[in-house]
This record gives sequence, C-alpha cells and structure tokens, in this order.
Amino acid sequence: MHNTGDVKVPIGPQHPALKEPESFLLTLRGEKITAASVKIGYNHRGIEKACEGRTYIQDLYLIERICGICSHSHSTAFAQAVEEIAGIEIPARAKYIRTIVAELERVHSHLLWLGVAGHEIGFDTLLMYTWRDREVVMDILAQLTGNRVNYGMNTIGGVRRDIKAEQIPQVLKGVDTLEERTKYYIKIAGEEPTLINRLSKVGMLSYEDAIRMGAVGPTARASGVQRDVRKDDPYAAYADIDFKVITHNTCDVYGRTIVRVLELMESFQIIRQLLAKLPEGPISVRAPRKIPVGEAVSRYEAPRGEDLHYVRANGTDKPDRVKVRAPTLANVQAVALMLEDRYLADMPIVVAAIDPCFSCTDRLVSINYVDHNSKNTFEWEKIHRDSIEWYKKRGIDFAKLNKTF
Amino acid sequence: MIWPGAMIRQLLSSLTKKPATVNYPADKSGMPKGFRGKLKFDASKCIGCKMCMKDCPTGAIVIRQVGEKKFEADLDLGKCIYCGQCVDSCLKKALGLTSEFELAQLDPKKLKITLTDGPSIAGNKESSGE
Amino acid sequence: MLMPIFNILIFPGLLFLFFFSLAAEFFDRKLGARLQNRVGPPWFQPLADFIKLLGKEDIIPEEADNRVFKLMPVFALTSVSCAFFYIPLWGKNALYSFNGDVVVVLYLLTVPILTYFLGGWYSRSVFSMIGAVRSLTQLFAYEVPLFMTILAAALLADTWSLSKMAAFYSAHPGYWVFNILGFVIAQITLLGKLEKVPFDIPEAETEIVAGSFTEYSGRLLALFRLSINIEMVVGISLLAAVFMPWWLDAGPIAGFIIYVLKVAALISLVSLLRSLFARLRLDQMINLCWRVFAPLAFLQVIINLILKGALFK
Repeated sequence: MHNTGDVKVPIGPQHPALKEPESFLLTLRGEKITAASVKIGYNHRGIEKACEGRTYIQDLYLIERICGICSHSHSTAFAQAVEEIAGIEIPARAKYIRTIVAELERVHSHLLWLGVAGHEIGFDTLLMYTWRDREVVMDILAQLTGNRVNYGMNTIGGVRRDIKAEQIPQVLKGVDTLEERTKYYIKIAGEEPTLINRLSKVGMLSYEDAIRMGAVGPTARASGVQRDVRKDDPYAAYADIDFKVITHNTCDVYGRTIVRVLELMESFQIIRQLLAKLPEGPISVRAPRKIPVGEAVSRYEAPRGEDLHYVRANGTDKPDRVKVRAPTLANVQAVALMLEDRYLADMPIVVAAIDPCFSCTDRLVSINYVDHNSKNTFEWEKIHRDSIEWYKKRGIDFAKLNKTF
Repeated sequence: MIWPGAMIRQLLSSLTKKPATVNYPADKSGMPKGFRGKLKFDASKCIGCKMCMKDCPTGAIVIRQVGEKKFEADLDLGKCIYCGQCVDSCLKKALGLTSEFELAQLDPKKLKITLTDGPSIAGNKESSGE
Repeated sequence: MLMPIFNILIFPGLLFLFFFSLAAEFFDRKLGARLQNRVGPPWFQPLADFIKLLGKEDIIPEEADNRVFKLMPVFALTSVSCAFFYIPLWGKNALYSFNGDVVVVLYLLTVPILTYFLGGWYSRSVFSMIGAVRSLTQLFAYEVPLFMTILAAALLADTWSLSKMAAFYSAHPGYWVFNILGFVIAQITLLGKLEKVPFDIPEAETEIVAGSFTEYSGRLLALFRLSINIEMVVGISLLAAVFMPWWLDAGPIAGFIIYVLKVAALISLVSLLRSLFARLRLDQMINLCWRVFAPLAFLQVIINLILKGALFK
C-alpha cells in the first residue's frame, strides 16, 4: 500500500484486538505507522470516588474488582495500606497465604498473557494450549479461595481462608504440571521461527526510555531495568523467600515474553518455598472498624508491574481518599513510543506486550472551576465539596448512599 | 538452522487425546468444595443484628423482622457478588454458603428471593423454575 | 442435452460443490479444533452458519459503491465454481477440457482475490481498504511460485490441458515423484490464496478486523464465505489432480472415494499448517515468497526442463 497520502486508522474504542475499549489513532503510510496517539478514558468507573462512600470492608471487595486478572494485587495493596494506618501487624501465616495467592495469581496472569500474545500474532494454537493449562491454576485458586477470579481472600488484618494441610499436595501437584508445561513453552519460544520473527525487534523500548517513561513490571525488566517491588521493598512474605528478579536485555516484545515465562518458573519455586515454610498460627487479627486518622502508601508487584495504593483515613469507618495507580498507567505512556516506525501488523502485539488493563487505568479529571478571585489552585476540600454538590443536584446523595442502595 | 513448526509433535499427539473442553451442561463437576455460591439462611439462629446488611458491599441482603424474634432475609441475586462477607460478619453463623451457582434467570424479578427458615438451600421455590 | 445440465447444476456441479465445500469447511474446522485439543463444531455447523447468514439483513455502507459491493460476491462464487469444471476429479477427464485450461483454471482462481480487493476497496472503510490492498500485495507474492510449480508439472507432461496432464501422469506412473518439491511449495502458497494462517494477513482479525469483508453482512457475506470454501475445494482438487495423479483408472465409485480421500488428506495438511504457525507480517511474507519459494519453484521448472530433455529425446 503505497498511496501518497497518510491514512488514519482508528484502532478502538471498539476493535477486535482490544479486550477493553480504548482508543489508539494510528497514522499509516503504507503499512508503516508514522505516528501513534493513545487516548484513555473510555472505561472510567469512578471506583476511587465510590470507595469514599463505603466502609473499609466494603471497599475491599470494590477494590478487588478494579481488575479481573490482578484482583488479589489490588485488594492486598489496599489492605496493606489500611493496616499500616491502623497499626495492625498481621500474623505470619496470613502473610504467607497472601503471598501464595499472589504468586498463583501471577501464574494465571502470565499464562493468560502468553495466550493473548499468541492470539494477537495469529497463533491461536498457542492461545488454546496456554489457556487449557491455565485451567490448572484456576482450579487451584478456586479450591484455595472459593472463587476463580475475584478471590475475596483478603480482609483487613489478615486473610479469610486458611490453607488446609490436605490441600497442599494438590497444589504442589498442580504446580508440577504447570512447571512442565511452562518448560515446554520456553522451549517453543526459543525454537519456533514464526514466533521469534514476529516478536523480535518489535516494540523496542531502550533502557533509557524505560526509565524515562517510568515503565514498570515485565515491560521494564525486559529492557534490563532491575525493578521489582518484591525485591526493592519486600512486603508480605517476600523478605523470607529466595528468588531472582528476571531481566532481559533485548528490549523488545520477545524479551517481554521471555521475562514472563521465566517469571513463571520463579513463581513455581516461590510457591513451593512458601508452602514448605508455611508457619502455624492464626490467619487474621481483629481489625477496628474505624480506622484512625492517617495516610499510607502501599506498593505491590502485580503481574503487570508495580501497583500503588494511597489511602487517607479520617477516623471514621470510611476512607477519606483512595488513590490507585495501576501498572498499566505507568506503562501505557511507553506504548506510543514503541509503536512509532513499526508496521501496522505489530500494533496488536505491541499493545498487548505491556499486558494492558485499561479499566484499571482509566481516570478522569474534569475540572471547570471558574472563580476569578482564586489563584487557580484547587483545594482538596473544595473539589470534594463541589463533587458532592454536583452529584446532589443530580439526585445522588453520598451521605445516604448505604441506605438508599 | 531452526525449522518452523516446533509444536508439531504436541499438535499431532492431541489428535489421540480427549478434548480438554468440559462438556458443561452435561458435566457439572466444575466447582470445588468451598465454592462461594448462593447463600443459605438459618432463621432460627438469626438475632437480627443486621451486621450482614452493614458489611454487604452491594446491599444485596436485607434482614426483615417478621415476628417476635423471627427474621427473614431478602436476597437480590442480581446484586450479590458472592464474596461471602456476610457469612464472615454473621455473629451467630445464621448465614452460610452453598455451592449452587446456576442462578441465572430470564425474568429479573425472579432474582429477588426470600431466604426463609431452614438450613437447606433456601428460596428453592423461586429458583426451581430454571 | 439433459446430461450437461445435470452435470453443471447437480453432480459434479454446483449442488455437489456446495455441499462438498461445506463438508470441507467442517473437516478443516473440526481437525483444527482437535489439533488444538478442543471439541470443535458439530457436523452441520457450516450449513447452519450459511443458512443463518442468508437470513440476516444485508447492510451496505452509505459510502460504498452499491453495485460493485453487491456484485463482487457473485463474481467470486461464479469464477471459483467455473474453475471446478476443468479439473479432472476422478478419472482422467475433466467435465470440460481444452488445451490451455491450466492457465484458465489458475486465472479463474485469481479472480476471487480481485473481487476481495474490489469489494473491500469499494466498501470505503479504512479496514476494508487496508485489507483489500493487503490481498492484492499478497497476491503478487504467492501467485508466482504457485503458477510456476503447476506450470512446471505441465511442462513435464508437455501439455496445457489438465485432463491430458492426468492422462500423461497415469501413463507414466512414478513421474509425479519429480514434482514433489513443486507440490510442497504449491501446498504452502495455496494457504496464501485461501488466506489462512500463516498467510491470513489480509483478514488479520486483531489488526484490521476482517479485512475486505469488514463491511459485508448477511447474504453477501454468505456468498463470500461460500466462495472461499469452494475456492479451498477447487484449489485442493487442482493440487490433487496435478501432484497426486494416482489410481485414476479405478472406475467411477472407487475413483470418487479416492478423490475424496485425496482432498481430505490435503485439507488435513492445510489444517495442520494453519495450526502450526504464527501469522507472518506482510513484509516477511513477501520476502519468504520471493526469496525462498520463487527460486525453489524456478528450480522445479529447471529440473522439469532438464528431465524433459533427458527423458523424451
């Protein structure tokens, strides 16, 4: 396709390559992308705001539903922040169980990603195989937590379900199966030329760019950046566990694939270590319903990268402010950079390679504040008051929220 | 030189294997023990503290007093997210979980059920029409 | 007088071709599913899809060229169906044949690609247009090696008629061995013609939705899908006739069974190949065709020329 003019191709908001509505506007010359712009904001759900109107316990379940894939990541990050404010030290067993579920979640997320990546480059067989194998870890999760996706495992002050001794052999058996399969995928990733050719030198993100764009998780680690919250700022039981931070230096989609499959192998041995060391004791401590005044930031290494939660408490049973920075928000900035000068055919896999979760990312800032006396600064209190007024005018009263449900 | 088609052995061996697909409506073995399904309610234990109502993230459960120390629970299956928090919050263990998960209804009205007395799966009357 | 009409409309003509192509689609889909460890569709699924599409509303984009948009599926269907009559299926004779029908069949098989291009181009949607251009770009890449391999076989037989080629190869059993290289190349490049993985670039779902067919719906889409199925059957029958000239004297019933088995074997190869690879990028595909397949096909032509000189002095 070598016509003289540039063609603008809208990928999204509705497009088969995207699992969630998001808009990428590509300018094409022939098959080459000359410019790319990313526009987020189609999937805003107002979860942060909704958290302010619910109690901490209710928020746990709401926060968990930020993301269907890394649900445990979000709820753990939130619970950690609240526990820090309240000064609760959770029991060691709870920490271990949280970590086990976290690593199982990483396994299911990375296997899911591998399948999606296969689909994006037209390799549906890989999708079918990895998703079949992913069922093993989904079954383990359902067995341990009672649910397949939103596990509901965390509570403020610990976890809600214990891992019973008779469940451990089953988990280990599942992990063995998965390890064997993962070894096979590592072999395929090194041997299948159509796969390697589609992934190598695609979506380049240099070490410097990865730092400059603030990339996190496997996206950053595939560019050689040693960035992993589990090592940098150990939370839960990670301080007791011996594991490697996987990095790769090809800086392309192939590197991101390799990082993810090798991380799977790390996860398996982390799970084995955790199950072997699992301490005895209670799984939770009583947490107060009213959390004292304070604020906390909690960091968590979700499968897609660093997840950051900020919680401010005002002494009631509801938070004053909850702020979520999902890993995709940190990575999405790099996508436009990675797309430039690539082929249209590379677009789906480049976007998929950051393992985007757009609904986790979407946020909305819309402030029309016309007050000539002020010096253009927005007081938090005022925005908060205004927003309550704004909703009140439309018949939604947050004060009555719980009663009017 | 690496040859294309690295997965060929695996592909050909799947021809002789049983498909991995679970034949769902016929095979319902999918859900493990401890699955969080529909709620059950033991009215004789309920003291009407309404802690479940207070903690429910979606307001799916409503405890009503129907007589002297007698309570009924209205459950909206459309709102319930099956997190089981009400079961954890219940002081007297009047609420419990069953592994029933086929709760879809064509008529949205049928999603609003009343859990009456009895430790068995309550609200059968309404949901038996599926 | 009645016999040709029966032949064209019923057997082995249009009606047979219709059901046979649906059966072929089912076989391809089922086998692909089993290779991927899935269950796959029930036997009537292709027919059910076809009937369902017939019952759906035709939506024609406002900006599209109405006439071209509507005509292209019909053109595609007609040309692929016509090609079928010139291919010897069972036995040594095709329904119709003349000297030069090899070229006609190859061109009739190219027409659908042109209809995809025109249909997509006149849909006036970005995705259709990119898909249309990709179809055509890809056409220039795979068509050359595909033509060369078939012409190489024709060269050895010293005829431009498919029926005479079949007669030649069954008169000289064992000569098909010389064409094995050509057969391999033809089978792979046929995937490009059928727009299947790894060459499904023109309808790469995750990039350009459905390529040329993005705007098509209802009956028009049903016709397009049918013509793709028929194209698969015709293309594979062509390969079977040219490269697998075995047991052509078996008589009508045994011959028919042998023909179906040959087609099934080739469809199995298609299913296997399309499950085995990731989709190539357009530039990789063109490189592969021009740098690898075209020289190899040329080698096949040279081999056959030398053989011809050596064997028939």
